[in-house]
Amino acid sequence: MSTTAKPGTQAAPGKREKEGIGGRSVPNWLPAALFLGIAAILPFFFESGSAFIDDAVLALAYVVMALGLNIIVGFAGLLDLGYVAFFAIGAYTIGWFGSLFFSEAGGGDGIHFGVSGVAASLPGIHLNFFLIVIAAMVFTTLAGMAIGLPTLRLRGDYIAIVTLAFGEIIGRIAINGDAIKIGDYKLTAGRQGITPVDKIDLPGLDPFTSLNLRPWYWVVLCMVALALFVSFRLRDSRLGRAWIALREDEVAAASMGVPLVKTKLMAYGTGAAFGGMAGTFIGSYNNTVNADQFQFYFSILILGMVILGGLGSIWGVVIGAISLTFINFWLIPDVLNEVPGKLGIDFDLTQLSFGIYGFLLVVMMVLRPEGLLPERRRQLELKEGLDAGESVFAVRS
Amino acid sequence: MTGAVAASKREGEALPPADALLVSEACTKTFGGLTAVNGVTFNIPQRSIVSIIGPNGAGKTTFFNMLTGLYKPTLGRITFDGKDITAGRPDKIMALGMARTFQNIRLFATMTAVENVMVGQHARMKGGLFGSIIRTPGVRREEKAAREKAHEELEYVGIRRALHDQLAINLAYGDQRRVEIARALSSDPKLLLLDEPTAGMNPQESAQLTDFMRKLRDERGLSILLIEHDMKVVMGVSEYVTVLDHGEKISEGAPAKVRADPRVVEAYLGKQG
Repeated sequence: MSTTAKPGTQAAPGKREKEGIGGRSVPNWLPAALFLGIAAILPFFFESGSAFIDDAVLALAYVVMALGLNIIVGFAGLLDLGYVAFFAIGAYTIGWFGSLFFSEAGGGDGIHFGVSGVAASLPGIHLNFFLIVIAAMVFTTLAGMAIGLPTLRLRGDYIAIVTLAFGEIIGRIAINGDAIKIGDYKLTAGRQGITPVDKIDLPGLDPFTSLNLRPWYWVVLCMVALALFVSFRLRDSRLGRAWIALREDEVAAASMGVPLVKTKLMAYGTGAAFGGMAGTFIGSYNNTVNADQFQFYFSILILGMVILGGLGSIWGVVIGAISLTFINFWLIPDVLNEVPGKLGIDFDLTQLSFGIYGFLLVVMMVLRPEGLLPERRRQLELKEGLDAGESVFAVRS
Repeated sequence: MTGAVAASKREGEALPPADALLVSEACTKTFGGLTAVNGVTFNIPQRSIVSIIGPNGAGKTTFFNMLTGLYKPTLGRITFDGKDITAGRPDKIMALGMARTFQNIRLFATMTAVENVMVGQHARMKGGLFGSIIRTPGVRREEKAAREKAHEELEYVGIRRALHDQLAINLAYGDQRRVEIARALSSDPKLLLLDEPTAGMNPQESAQLTDFMRKLRDERGLSILLIEHDMKVVMGVSEYVTVLDHGEKISEGAPAKVRADPRVVEAYLGKQG
């Protein structure tokens, strides 16, 4: 249908169409601009080496991971309990390509590319942080697709079990990697950890230090901005619609022309890439890549953030990640930790931190199972019990 | 079983398989020990409305699911538009131009009517991962065109503009059926498969749908394969009727001939006397 209407008259229906589900009238960019703007100036109100900025940096890194996991679990409905694997792969990427780990590389002189300062004169492989982030995203995307393949025939709980095992396998490999030799080199440094790790080195800026945390904060904020951008764009795209369709009714989606394998693998791959990106950052920020970090609890922590915020809800996930990080790293150890001592009970509250946020999740599930800031579709699915629960592979076999 | 040519000769019917849109040759589907569809040979001419009828449990929907790739045939061969689609993937068969609706409506409940119809265009669209993230001019244009086409298809099946942005789950039953047809039509299929489209409709709505099917054939050049229990609809609209009972084809031909076939009467009413 060709319309010759004036541009002015066409604007009205066009605007209405954009509203999407339930009449969303605020454009995506407005809350995003507000959030990023406020977040960007926040560090000026705190000392650059303060504990608050330290917690905030971690919180933002977890936001990136939670947004990544949200693509897999929230958008595509594939319950992934092994997200820690992508954190590990991302962290080891910088462990390998940004530290003294391969000390014999380049004949003992080291291999350097795009690095300045101390790192440029150290042995081992030292690549520019950006290159390492890109490499980590490639590795994790491939790993995400590799874990996706065996779960394609499965649904729901069964996917959870396979991904859980995958996370455990990567964790075990990290711990025992010091016994795995490839040529003359170990795969990982196991529980000893790879340390020190190169600090972020951006062109035109001095290498970052662990005393001045503001630059770290802004770098990870840029990562959050990217993750938000990708999440919003994908949610409102052909692929986003295909994910919702698959989540709701796999058989109908396949019958409507949605390719099952490709669409699911894209969710796994994209979600995993953000795990790798944040993992690289955390490896550099913590100055160590230690196998003890890559435990099952970490997957649950990130999944807890997604569920707390609201599955599939981009802003919900941001809120969930920030609040759970501050509960974990600030509220429990810094604020509440003294309470038992003052009451004359002799124990450390940090030992109970899992119990505490386990309790919080239970309270949450009773009072508001759809999350802090629920996504409308998910809320509806929960209320109506919508799930065809049928796998195309099960039907076709 | 005899081949398609022999079958149509035996029935003495003008079902030329040469220019048929879809040909099913001796298709059989067994589930464990149960034979749901047994050696059904069948074809759909271009631009025609063909019905499959039969008592409950006759294997009609199973046959449908084999055609659309949801079930792999145990035996037999299916050719669509000159291509062998036996045991092909449902999304690929859809992309070749075969779209369907479901007996129990299977809309994406939490998507709006328009979004549902846009999913129907998935195979026709190209926007990939990176294109969607960057939102290239091409992707932008494609999205806009897809949305416009979705609105057009919804209006074509008779959904008021005011309902286009309603969630599928909130639509009236009759409207949900219509949206499902619009979703199938939006892929510009050559063959539309309707699985009991008049279930739950009153006689007036059924009559409307009958007219609509003729309109589809005449205006858009579609072929329609219909599974239906409402004999008034079947006899009124079909050019050919195939009768299944216990998974086997027991009769085939023009509506009047099938209605008079004693085997059909027996299948529906039991042996007389």
